Amino acid sequence: MTLSTFTAAVAALVMGIGLSAGTAIAQSVVAPAGAETDEVWSGLVTDVFDGRPMQDGAGIIELEAPYRAEDAAIVPMAMNVKLPPNDTRSIRKVTLVIDQNPAPVAAVFELGEKAGIERIETRVRVNMYSKVHAVAEASDGTLYMTEKFVKASGGCSAPANKDAVAALKNLGQMKLRQFAAATPAPGTERREAQVMLRHPQYSGLQMDQVTRNYIPAWFISDLTVRQGEDMLLKVSGGISLSEDPNIRFSYLSNGADTITVDAIDTEQKVFRSSFPVENGGS
Amino acid sequence: MTRHASKAAYLNEIRGLITKMHNASIGAAYRVKVITRFAAHSFIAVHNKTGLRLSYHWAALVYVLLTYFSLVPISFAADDPRPLEVKEVAPGVFVHKGINALMLAENGGAIANVGFVVGAQSVAVIDTGGSRRQGEALLKSIEQHTDLPVRWVINTHVHPDHVFGNAAFLGRDVAFVGHVRLPDALQQRFEHYLAANRASMTERLLAGTELVLPTETVADVRQIDLGGRILTLRAWPVAHTDSDLTVFDETTGTLFSGDLVFLEHLPSIDGSLRGWQKALDGLAAIPATRVVPGHGPIDSPWPAAIEPERRYFDALAKDLKTAIDAGIPLATAVQTAGEGERGDWLLFDQFNMRNATAAYAELEWE
Repeated sequence: MTLSTFTAAVAALVMGIGLSAGTAIAQSVVAPAGAETDEVWSGLVTDVFDGRPMQDGAGIIELEAPYRAEDAAIVPMAMNVKLPPNDTRSIRKVTLVIDQNPAPVAAVFELGEKAGIERIETRVRVNMYSKVHAVAEASDGTLYMTEKFVKASGGCSAPANKDAVAALKNLGQMKLRQFAAATPAPGTERREAQVMLRHPQYSGLQMDQVTRNYIPAWFISDLTVRQGEDMLLKVSGGISLSEDPNIRFSYLSNGADTITVDAIDTEQKVFRSSFPVENGGS
Repeated sequence: MTRHASKAAYLNEIRGLITKMHNASIGAAYRVKVITRFAAHSFIAVHNKTGLRLSYHWAALVYVLLTYFSLVPISFAADDPRPLEVKEVAPGVFVHKGINALMLAENGGAIANVGFVVGAQSVAVIDTGGSRRQGEALLKSIEQHTDLPVRWVINTHVHPDHVFGNAAFLGRDVAFVGHVRLPDALQQRFEHYLAANRASMTERLLAGTELVLPTETVADVRQIDLGGRILTLRAWPVAHTDSDLTVFDETTGTLFSGDLVFLEHLPSIDGSLRGWQKALDGLAAIPATRVVPGHGPIDSPWPAAIEPERRYFDALAKDLKTAIDAGIPLATAVQTAGEGERGDWLLFDQFNMRNATAAYAELEWE
């Protein structure tokens, strides 16, 4: 046997072992448990919710989040809230928390007393692998919690603006989309609306490499939606809400003919628009 | 000695080590460390009766040893990368073809097409790769092909697979050139890119990778002279990103499109779908004979090379507009938008939903 034949034989043997071992190993790998991140959450319960006890949110609050953040800057999240039919309380507040983000509280949604809000959708930035928590607060102060785990997006997606120049140029532009519900419940007129507001939502986390100063955070701090005089929804937001904040929600119509949106940002700039209620939705 | 929480964690480590051993850019010092580790693990496994399947274990050890010895002669000198493999696609135009993959430890981040153009007096580098290490390998390759100095390092946009190698060219008499919006884009994103890629590429492969800002920027069009050879640099409105720059070698009619052109690898939209669709017509007007795309075959016909991505963008936009008009929410619409294009692209699952998400948010303002 020549040396080269011998080498080839060994190589083939080794390759075979390597491949079969590789396959066996690949099948054995399981996802690690996320125990370490629970410490983060318990810290947040203390800081954000004053350590108040959390009830299991099953059947009361449901969080829809993607398995993986596809675009780190625009991750859709939805929360469905509903109390049992015979429950006399109402859900007054929903808090969305992205545990691993630099500012974990993405938004606090206060629900209008008669708004009948059952679903809220928005878009957030997700910096890294993170648990996401949604907490509903009932009118008696009880907190109900549910959670999801969201994988980070790929290494070339950043939770940053796509076009900072355009974001500034269009600052404050507002749009309201209205949708009639597919199946209105008897005796109610359930509708959906989507508030869209152009704002760059600077996170304050980026350093100007020349001056070594941080570019200040600049974001929508409060946004209130009313139908006629009645409050539908008030959003207290932070830097985890995506550029151009976008909130879609379902509500019960009170028959008013306008919807008004008032927003204010951290530079005290005020944005306000009124929209006629569309009869048929879109 | 590292203790492992579970059999799965241990096997995962072995798998990672074997994968890394396959990486040609892994140096000798690291191989020695890997082998030492294997030997120690094996010893402990036998003595503690940890329940691991020893047959795998010994097979892996033998495999690693043989791999090590077969590679020693070519990489024993130091833990330095070998020269990057390049092809001369036109006289004086050299390109390394990136592989169609995400940036990972296995590929050292070398996923983008990067290259250099040699004039009579100097060399221009067009993108530096996915790590300082790849930048160094590119520099070695340049030194194999010419004695002329690198005077220009051009970045076609902000993404890490194109700019992470910049640091390899620091300390030389070079100008770093990019789009007028590249400095801002890098400042907003670089730290995140570094952190996000540490997880998938490992600390070691990213050692020395650092932010290098442009020293000169292009707002519109600029020509640079390499000595009897003119490169035309053109800055584009927001398309793939907000910092897209193309480089056209007038001498050979070669266009380095950066990521304004993707072939085979599904495009990623990190700027504006509408902006990119518009840019395609401007691109097509460039009198090139060939294109070096940011990803895909490095010597592709022009302007035919833009047609696959044009078709994808049109299909994606049409699907999304239909969904938006029907009131279908973002999270639902992105599940199916663009799906008809799946069979024509690689990395579809990695990028299509991301593209649909960004494009939905853009198109719903129309």
